Amino acid sequence: MKNASQSRDEIYAAQKEASEREDLVMFINACFAATGQAEYYCSRSYGRVSIDFLHSYVLANYRRVYRRVLAAGVNDFNRARIVLKLLAAGAPPDKADREEEGKLISATLHSLPANRVFTLFTRLREAKINNRRSRAVVRDYLKWRSSPAFDAVKYRSKVRIVARHTHQDLDPETGAFLFALKEQKQFETPLFDSFLRAHYSKQAVYELPYSVAEGFAARHQIPRLEFLRKIEPRMTHSERQRAQSSAERLGKEKPKVDLARTPLTKLAMYVIGLPIEQQRRRAAELHDALRAAAARALRKRPLSLGRTAAVLDRSRSTWGSRERRRRPLAVAVAVHYLLAASGNGMQSFWTPSRSGDLESATAEDHVFLVEAGGQTDLATPLLAAIEYQVDNVIIVSDGYENAPADAARQIVHAYQTRLSQTHPIAFLHANPVFDPDHFSPKPLGSPLTTIGLRDAEDLGASLGFAKFSSGEASQTQLEAYLGMLATVFIGVSHD
Amino acid sequence: MTDRQKTSSGMRLNGLTLAPPQVLGGVRLVPLIRSGHREDLRLSPRVYSEEFAFVEIDPKTVYTSYVPHGLVANWTTDGGAVYGSQMALAAKKKDGKSYGRFMTARGLRKMARREGKTQLRFLPLHVAMEGLLALHFGGPDIAWTEYSTAVMRTGLSPRSETVVPGDQIAGLDDALRLFEIHENQVGMLVFVSESLASAFVVPHPDDYTALHHTLITDFYGELIWQFGCYATENVMFPEPINMQSIESIADLRREVDALRRRWNRFNTMMSPALFDRAYHSERVYRFKPFSLERFVTDLDPSAENHIGEAIYADDGTLQYLKTYRLSSAQTRRAYLLSQLAGQDWDLERCAETLDCRKNELILRLENAGFGYLLHQHVLDEARATEKKRLKSGLSGVSRADLLS
Repeated sequence: MKNASQSRDEIYAAQKEASEREDLVMFINACFAATGQAEYYCSRSYGRVSIDFLHSYVLANYRRVYRRVLAAGVNDFNRARIVLKLLAAGAPPDKADREEEGKLISATLHSLPANRVFTLFTRLREAKINNRRSRAVVRDYLKWRSSPAFDAVKYRSKVRIVARHTHQDLDPETGAFLFALKEQKQFETPLFDSFLRAHYSKQAVYELPYSVAEGFAARHQIPRLEFLRKIEPRMTHSERQRAQSSAERLGKEKPKVDLARTPLTKLAMYVIGLPIEQQRRRAAELHDALRAAAARALRKRPLSLGRTAAVLDRSRSTWGSRERRRRPLAVAVAVHYLLAASGNGMQSFWTPSRSGDLESATAEDHVFLVEAGGQTDLATPLLAAIEYQVDNVIIVSDGYENAPADAARQIVHAYQTRLSQTHPIAFLHANPVFDPDHFSPKPLGSPLTTIGLRDAEDLGASLGFAKFSSGEASQTQLEAYLGMLATVFIGVSHD
Repeated sequence: MTDRQKTSSGMRLNGLTLAPPQVLGGVRLVPLIRSGHREDLRLSPRVYSEEFAFVEIDPKTVYTSYVPHGLVANWTTDGGAVYGSQMALAAKKKDGKSYGRFMTARGLRKMARREGKTQLRFLPLHVAMEGLLALHFGGPDIAWTEYSTAVMRTGLSPRSETVVPGDQIAGLDDALRLFEIHENQVGMLVFVSESLASAFVVPHPDDYTALHHTLITDFYGELIWQFGCYATENVMFPEPINMQSIESIADLRREVDALRRRWNRFNTMMSPALFDRAYHSERVYRFKPFSLERFVTDLDPSAENHIGEAIYADDGTLQYLKTYRLSSAQTRRAYLLSQLAGQDWDLERCAETLDCRKNELILRLENAGFGYLLHQHVLDEARATEKKRLKSGLSGVSRADLLS
């Protein structure tokens, strides 16, 4: 009798463990893919409700895992969201937990872009979060910033909100700049003074950061061409890149940009957004830039895979939404370059498309010339990839397979049960799109492990969780793995 | 029956293959693929921005409806390609006249109107709908005493049917927006809640991409609107890959091909009303080497019925198709009218063929919305007699029950 109840307890425990692991894997996958933006298949608000629920659920049930996900390499949107939720929930009572959480939060804030952090801080006010810890976090972050005057100018409205909300002690100059600008005749700090003078002097506009100067340029009605020419030295790298096409339209010489400095996926998005004749004309240059960007991404985070084939989706849905224009296609192109830079004899297979060219591509091909459109037929390239006799097949698709539906799952299942003895292949599905209906990136079917992927550069980090998604490793191992990542993350940022 | 009218058995989709469907919620969209399309017939949309349109069928008859767009067919007589420049010219042609300032209307002449040597403008679906409304529109040929004087004078006028625009059907807008158009796709079968709402075919793949969005402005049956409200995601799949037969990668490839063929069969099976049913067609316009026809299925009240229009080439290939699913009330109306007309509008004889009493037929006509055909006293008498009969009949039944 005792034996029976014992075994029942074991079964329950195993089931509980499995469902908890699924929860966590689902959350981590969602954090790699979800961005709170509109997708091809769903609206922005719908996606936000879904991801918000998922965050609240994991925070309430698995707080330790929740905070450690900050170290897992998930995307910025979700990291900012986790920090906000943690600050809203208040500090944990246990001292060790509190310390770890504090360090993780500060390390995360230091690695996030400043605009995201300041937006996060303003959301503290919207959510009416004003506990001691959040005030301290804001204070420490502002203290850590290398040039507070620059922040105060560039993010003036946000810094103002934050300073007022969290009762920051400001030096008199900054205080006057933020709250009593119009009563001042002049400032000691050069940037503040420029900001003040820019209200009436056209010359002072060009001493300000580009995004702030743009507003003053409109106020002074400075012609766009003249403004772009004179402000160019003050532009950041990504601002220069953004101004490329508008500069060309205006007939101005384009700002110099080192394409290889741009992150891989961002570069892929830029390249496939160019007009097709320009892509063709600059094919060699763009190809080299993409390869250099891929090599740099690999140096930062090495990827060790065996012989790999990629099955890449270029159906109509890879055009993404207005908010995420061409993101899924860009991820596919970037994954091609990343794998080409990492592996030997890598080949990618594309879904059939209207133009019909480029069914398969090697590392030498200019894959950014692909034209997206048509149905999602994953079966054809998947069979081609299997025939290519590789060790790994990575499918990059949004999971909406329709020509015919469910074929990829059946092929993988048939291969694994019937043919894997002769030549085992590991199949993996990387999905750049979050599906709010299922609180995770849409899977292709049970034999395929699905991982979320916003940037191709995160492939390594996502792959780290693939064994948990497929159920090979237990929840304890997952927590240990996350703990290890957290220690490394804290260590790196505090050294 | 003249040579312009004929009865055929089963719609032929020759030259078209059915690709696997794309399902979103309760809407299933089946793409139709044509491998070798012809270049000598092209369709392009012409948008009418007015709220509604009235079309002059003949000097005494006007068809009024919401007409968001018309279709313009351009063709060549020598089999050469129709060029885009001619289609651009087609858009500038004056077509009808716009009236009104706040509530606007467009006056158009004829359902299918020749606009030049090789150009024809017609109003999609309205050609077929006009055929349905005009069915025995003239009214009784023989002045039987039951029919009201108004009907004897003006026929069935005004005859009307209710339809629902596509944007009112739940889920259809999203499904059409997110649909991924295939290469060489020339048509689509639209299923709502697993029943065929409409079939749409055009001659050229480029025409299809240009006309895909017009499916949302087309009209659908009231029944389809109801189906849209109640539809739930219904995922049906054909038999999966046979695992046991796979020994090599070549086997796997063969099995995947077999799976694709099963999808094709599965799709054909899903749309029986279109492919197995007898239908009557009538030629509306002849433009060599094509002819525009409208058709209606055999109006069997127990089955699903469609009306539609089609353009066939002289070699028998289907170049254009658009169908509309009749609701059962609409089917009943058309069925009763055709039965009446078949018996020279004699109520007595018609009741015999329908295997019911004359009074029952009169009440059926009234329920179907054709009460205005008959004199009021005929209706009243039929109602009273039937009521009396029902009472005595019921008491009779109860006595019989007691005895047994």
